[in-house]
Amino acid sequence: MSEPTPIALNVNGTVHRLFVQPWHTLLHVLREEIGLTGAKRGCNQGVCGACSVLIDGEVMRGCLSLAVNCTEREITTIEGLAPSGELSPVQQAFLDTGAVQCGFCMPGMIIASTALMRRNETLTDDDIREGLSGNLCRCSGYIKVIEAVRTASGRAAS
Amino acid sequence: MNYHEPATLEEAAALLAADEDARPLAGGATLVAMMNAELVEPTALVSLRRIAALGDISTAGDGTVTIGAMTTHHAVANTEMLDGGQEIVRRAARVIGHPAIRNMGTIGGSIAHADPAADYPAALVAAGATFEVFGPGGTRDIAADDFFVDYLETSLAPGELVSAIRLPASPRGATSAYQKFARVDGDFATLSVAVVAAMDAGVCSHLRVALGSAGPTPVHAQAADAALIGTALDDDAVTAAAEILIHASDPLDDVRGSAEYRMMLVPELLKRAIAGAKEARL
Repeated sequence: MSEPTPIALNVNGTVHRLFVQPWHTLLHVLREEIGLTGAKRGCNQGVCGACSVLIDGEVMRGCLSLAVNCTEREITTIEGLAPSGELSPVQQAFLDTGAVQCGFCMPGMIIASTALMRRNETLTDDDIREGLSGNLCRCSGYIKVIEAVRTASGRAAS
Repeated sequence: MNYHEPATLEEAAALLAADEDARPLAGGATLVAMMNAELVEPTALVSLRRIAALGDISTAGDGTVTIGAMTTHHAVANTEMLDGGQEIVRRAARVIGHPAIRNMGTIGGSIAHADPAADYPAALVAAGATFEVFGPGGTRDIAADDFFVDYLETSLAPGELVSAIRLPASPRGATSAYQKFARVDGDFATLSVAVVAAMDAGVCSHLRVALGSAGPTPVHAQAADAALIGTALDDDAVTAAAEILIHASDPLDDVRGSAEYRMMLVPELLKRAIAGAKEARL
């Protein structure tokens, strides 16, 4: 065990000053040190997508990012998408289409969908499938998830 | 565990040379996954993120393209700087993992990890790439063909880092195709075939083919290239080249397919890759 390293992390616009170990993942620090439990620990191997967060606006894996390596970057978690409690357009579309089953994959799905919409608001179903290909839903509720993103995309275009 | 963020390659190489169990941290997509699984326990991490020289893609006047080692798969997949046969590298980058992995993972990290089932190694061998390496002794070049030594093993010496990937100018009229056969989208390949080819008046004037996931390193057989160059890339020539590649292969039996199954994929994927390269020419 080495001496913890002092770091400052910008999460959802708030700077958190923390002491972490070099091997602590961003996911671990978000959940265990900062108390933001929206990003989920699924596989811890970068496969399932449940830990997805935005780093400088791009979707990345919280479990494959080391907290020490994330200083001076803007981290956005699912909690940061609705800071005032009003749902983001993507969140609202997921709610309206009934895309949520058990909910475990949802923070990752919504974060990945948000990143996808930022790159391109007019999405085809193929774009959506490709964009969400790194997010697994063990309920297998993919059809409704695709419908939700299609809805969000349609609303953004109109 | 110590953690460093050097600003220069010189400092990074010195830190790595001083501690043989230190590991360079590029995008983290593989190293952190291995740390999470307790497969590796580095004594120190040397993050490369502050080394500005590692992040660019540039083209020289002679058509050579240099890709900095810290360039993400997403950046390579979307670059417009690759020309002709060099596009094999972009084709491979597009099918690595998923969007989040492509935003994190880097070309230097991928090749230094030297997983023969990854997409870049075979594509870079087919492109005839050279890797620029920086170490305590300065810089040196290693041809992609000589870089991959064994499963997860490279010819990097202690303290050495991949700093850039250099793609030679595309042979005139060259095109490329990357055929990846995987269980599901985003998985590592069960087998992949990377082809760079050029035709001149209906006759193949340049060809390099490499297989991924067909052995402990990318499989490149000069005899297979020779069996195709000078032909019309007809079925007989492709079948002959496939035979040579099968003999040169030594695949693993693993969850993605048996060795026998992988060998059976070679002729079909080679046929599709050659057809794809010919089609890309039109």
